[in-house]
Amino acid sequence: MAFAALGFERDDVPLFDGLSGAVAAGDILQIAGGNGSGKTTLLRILSTALAATEGSLLWRGKALTRQRAEYLADLVFVGHSPGIKLALTPRENLSWLARLYPVREQDIAEALVRVGLAGREDVPCRTLSAGQQRRVALARLVIARATLWILDEPMTAIDQDGVALIEKLLRAHAEAGGAVILSSHQALNIDGVRVLDLAEYACHD
Amino acid sequence: MTEALRTPASQQAVQERLPPELLPPGEGFVGILKRDLLLAFRHRGELANPLIFFIMVTALIPIAVGPQKALLSQLAPGMIWVMALLGTLLSSDSLFQSDYADGTLEQLIISPQPLWLLVLAKISAHWLVTGLPITLAAPILGLMLALPEAGYGTLVLGLAMGTATFSLFGAIGAALTVALRKGGVLLSLIVMPLYFPVLIFGSAAVQRVVDGGSAGAPLALLGAVFAFALLLSPFATAASLRAGING
Repeated sequence: MAFAALGFERDDVPLFDGLSGAVAAGDILQIAGGNGSGKTTLLRILSTALAATEGSLLWRGKALTRQRAEYLADLVFVGHSPGIKLALTPRENLSWLARLYPVREQDIAEALVRVGLAGREDVPCRTLSAGQQRRVALARLVIARATLWILDEPMTAIDQDGVALIEKLLRAHAEAGGAVILSSHQALNIDGVRVLDLAEYACHD
Repeated sequence: MTEALRTPASQQAVQERLPPELLPPGEGFVGILKRDLLLAFRHRGELANPLIFFIMVTALIPIAVGPQKALLSQLAPGMIWVMALLGTLLSSDSLFQSDYADGTLEQLIISPQPLWLLVLAKISAHWLVTGLPITLAAPILGLMLALPEAGYGTLVLGLAMGTATFSLFGAIGAALTVALRKGGVLLSLIVMPLYFPVLIFGSAAVQRVVDGGSAGAPLALLGAVFAFALLLSPFATAASLRAGING
């Protein structure tokens, strides 16, 4: 995954420009920057939910626009909101998501146990705490067989055990040849994390 | 970008890790259809709203205008159609609203499945829980409004196509107004012109049969509008969602 000379303007006000970077297998790239520096915007551009004003995205060495479906099948994006239905149980939520991404049904039970939701599989997500809802969203990382993970503030509302769990997941993913791009205010307790500071690319008029 | 290629070991890992295979597009359609029906079932109270509105308002008409059979049977086709339109319009507003709020809409947009197909699944689910009950309840209301016997078949057939068309066009409006907090009025303004032909052909079909004529022509036109909506709406809605989600 590489991105070159990305620029973004909101209502004609430039947010950042000339932004370039890349992740390869085994890489973890942390996007740093203060509030309003465009971390979420950048991650949404990388996940194609938002179009950049300028610049290009490359995936496995080829232009992303030519292979959108292949790229999206190989990507999990966990955004600010967990992206789950509160009226449904964690199991039901993962199984509708599983219809969009290639997974196996038995993976769902395993994934929920791995993110620490054993015994909560069949209660409506509405009754879960914010941190537990976040964990349901993170379970998507476990069930999807995607190479690239894009995570927007994954540590929000998560307790210490949860942070350790996320770090473990990230480490295992990087070791298995995956790549991660995440934004976080906290420093990660993982070796070899590269940091991209958005402050360097900010536009000041 | 030069940082991308670092150690030979990591390069090897790239080659080992093959991209996952794409799922057949039908999978996403089934998944979303099942999900939305399950959600509708969990929110049974809200689900019944359009139907209750449809039945209540139609039941009020004989009370308000008086129970003269001749007058009511004149009004019946038009009234039932107008109520069906308003009932569907009321519920179109929420088609993408909750998905937008909880972030699942974004997940649909960046899923590898074609968005128009997922949108079509959502529209189908919407019709199954609003248009279909209205269509099935229509004969009872026909009875209340003294609709002549000949009109029932045409009414149900017309409403089945008509409410589906309402759902399809309503989805375009709902997608365009998804990021607006008070999109309800704007939604009505956007979709009303698209609803008029359906209303005209639908009530004309019932009127014709009641008057002893043939409903062939208006029903055929209604079918044509439905086919047009089915062809256009999923793509227009998908495009509107991509544009609308970023407000």
